[in-house]
Amino acid sequence: MAVVFERPKSLLDVSTHYCPGCTHGIVHRLVCEVLDEMDIAGDTIGVCPVGCSVMAYDYFGCDMIEAPHGRAPAVATGVKRTNPDKFVFTYQGDGDLAAIGTCETVHSATRGENIVVIFINNTIYGMTGGQMAPTTLPGQVTQTTPFGRDPKLAGYPVRVCEMLSTLTGTAYAHRVAVDSVPHIREAKKAIRKAFENQKAGKGFSIIEVLSTCPTNWGLTPVEALQRLRDDMIPYYPLGVYKDITADEEGNK
Amino acid sequence: MTTEILLAGFGGQGVLFAGKILAYCGLMDSKELSWLPSYGPEMRGGTANCSVCISDEPIGSPLVLAPDILVAMNGPSYDKFINAVKPGGKVFIDSTLVEAKCERTDIECYYIPSSQLADDNQLKGGSNIILLGKIIKETGIFSLETMKKAIEKVVPPSKAHLIANNFRAIELGMNN
Amino acid sequence: MERNLMKGNEALAEAAIRAGCKCFFGYPITPQTELAAYMAKRMHKAGGVFLQAESEIAAINMVLGAASTGVRAMTSSSSPGVSLKAEGISYLAGSDVPALIINVQRGGPGLGGIQPSQADYWQATRAMGHGDFHILVFAPSSVQEMVDMVTKAFDTADKYRVPAMILADGLLGQMMEPVTFPEIDANAHDKSSWAATGHKNEREHHIINSLYLQPDGLEKTVVERFKRYEIIKAEETDAELYLTEDCDILLCAYGASARVAKSAVNSARELGIKAGLFRPKTLWPFPVKEINEAAKNASVILDVEMSMGQMIDDVKLALNCSKPVEFFGRTGGIIPTPAEVLEEIKKLGGAQ
Repeated sequence: MAVVFERPKSLLDVSTHYCPGCTHGIVHRLVCEVLDEMDIAGDTIGVCPVGCSVMAYDYFGCDMIEAPHGRAPAVATGVKRTNPDKFVFTYQGDGDLAAIGTCETVHSATRGENIVVIFINNTIYGMTGGQMAPTTLPGQVTQTTPFGRDPKLAGYPVRVCEMLSTLTGTAYAHRVAVDSVPHIREAKKAIRKAFENQKAGKGFSIIEVLSTCPTNWGLTPVEALQRLRDDMIPYYPLGVYKDITADEEGNK
Repeated sequence: MTTEILLAGFGGQGVLFAGKILAYCGLMDSKELSWLPSYGPEMRGGTANCSVCISDEPIGSPLVLAPDILVAMNGPSYDKFINAVKPGGKVFIDSTLVEAKCERTDIECYYIPSSQLADDNQLKGGSNIILLGKIIKETGIFSLETMKKAIEKVVPPSKAHLIANNFRAIELGMNN
Repeated sequence: MERNLMKGNEALAEAAIRAGCKCFFGYPITPQTELAAYMAKRMHKAGGVFLQAESEIAAINMVLGAASTGVRAMTSSSSPGVSLKAEGISYLAGSDVPALIINVQRGGPGLGGIQPSQADYWQATRAMGHGDFHILVFAPSSVQEMVDMVTKAFDTADKYRVPAMILADGLLGQMMEPVTFPEIDANAHDKSSWAATGHKNEREHHIINSLYLQPDGLEKTVVERFKRYEIIKAEETDAELYLTEDCDILLCAYGASARVAKSAVNSARELGIKAGLFRPKTLWPFPVKEINEAAKNASVILDVEMSMGQMIDDVKLALNCSKPVEFFGRTGGIIPTPAEVLEEIKKLGGAQ
């Protein structure tokens, strides 16, 4: 019988600590499929953050470094600058990338660091039990916004792809989602393109993945996917925010 | 024996540079030596000073508090350090910029209108080097030859054309 | 060997490049700035990486990344900047990643001042970040020693997989002295058993990590690390003993203040006072054996620091409080004078 689907080799055969219905598993798989398809796992160093994916080093089969909270892009910079022939990616959540690590994110982007950043936006701090994230939507109830996020008190969400696309050093900024098969396919294409960019020395590529957190949202996995579609995508429109390779194509 | 030298003036007068030449003289003569600049806001235009120790022994504290040789390139530096000079010490004063006359009798003061001399001899900014020439003449701490070698070492290659001017300034100092 | 005249900060940088340091990540701060400037000029030519980071925090984490791949990496800063690096240093220690951190100390706390100080002794030797750990701390007192200790620090860090710090100060960083650069073997340590360099499909993946959610797992790694610390304590201490054989008053000082203390000891000897100097070159591990040797005939100890008294704790602990330990220090960026220290020596009397 023909094999039509299997676990990518780079995704280690271990059970994860992620909650049922969490979309981290999908994104892990997509990243590993790309590593396998490009046959680069043996030359890849991943950097995981502090947050739900803190233990991703046990799941990704490539060499892994666990960074301090928010510092993954700086750690990745250190790796890539001293090992320019290796592939380097970070895998970060919204609190890690857009709150405590905003400085490292913005500056690694503006320097055009030749790395891939996988950014999981699920509008909440998952690991610590559901507090407000920089991406929490206005009105969204979390442990630290029990009456809903009031922008007058807690400010507005950060739209990361939009912000980073203003920087000259950013090569590629693409927001995708993993709520449906077509979106997941689109997400994988984006991740592949980001790694191809790195291979071609294009610079900083960020793939923002709209994701779910059924546990801390208080929803079933299916309801969570529906919320992603109904509430998140309107606020965080999907699409390519910057792509210097497209511009290069256009100029030809 | 350790000779402790303190050079002081405004930022921009070449106080640190003159100190560096003395330090390199020590290096050329295989002496122990240290060079310590004041640092901080004065790097941006205020007062600047620099401690140089030359010795046959390893240098202890590199900070010169009671100099054997003081170079005073402006009034405030003169006022600040003149009483710190060791008895028997020697003071080299740019008398173009320092009006005061020293009343201490236990030290020897040399008044050289070095800024004026520099201007008169087309050696703009050479007052510091003129004073160095006077120092080697009056103290004998280094030979002219050593100082010339030090200057060749300190002047960056991009400014090598200034070496001749520096030699001229040294000799001007020795002869005034 | 040729004697070069160099500023301490520049000598540190040159020595690091010669020691095979492949990357420098830093952020501007007085009084260590010349070090970064020198690296900016030289590192690229030497085939390495210089990068000015967006913050001290980013800089130390770039070091974490680079050092995790097995290359010699370093950063430098001055006191307030080193506080910001504390997080990354704790992660380096917890991940068993060797790297070099240089602190050209200035006065504190807070923004403090920019003049030389030794007020970060406690930070360096006691609490260079959260958690149960130590780093190696070297204390040079001349520009030549800065050069020699850079190599030593990299080597020792690599040998034990422990981060190392050179605890200098603004005086040593800014002063020029003659230095020579000895020939060194920069690639003595094989890091292939742990470094994250890509497994090439030839080995299990390497993980550089400090997270252990199971307490017994965390305890095990910490206890293992402390066993290494015990070896370091036994084998890696270093100190200078100056005129201690017959000394009655033993001065204890490190770094810049040891130069001042040595001048005072010499003056005291001229007056017939039997003074000597114990100068630790490693602050962690503290040279316990050496100080006990130096103090064997002393009746009193005088600890001299450019702080309100921090190393004095280690002096007392090392001597098990068996002798009176007096203190003289200046702080805030003031360098004590040999005359002041001599006065203290005279006050303590001492056999002539």
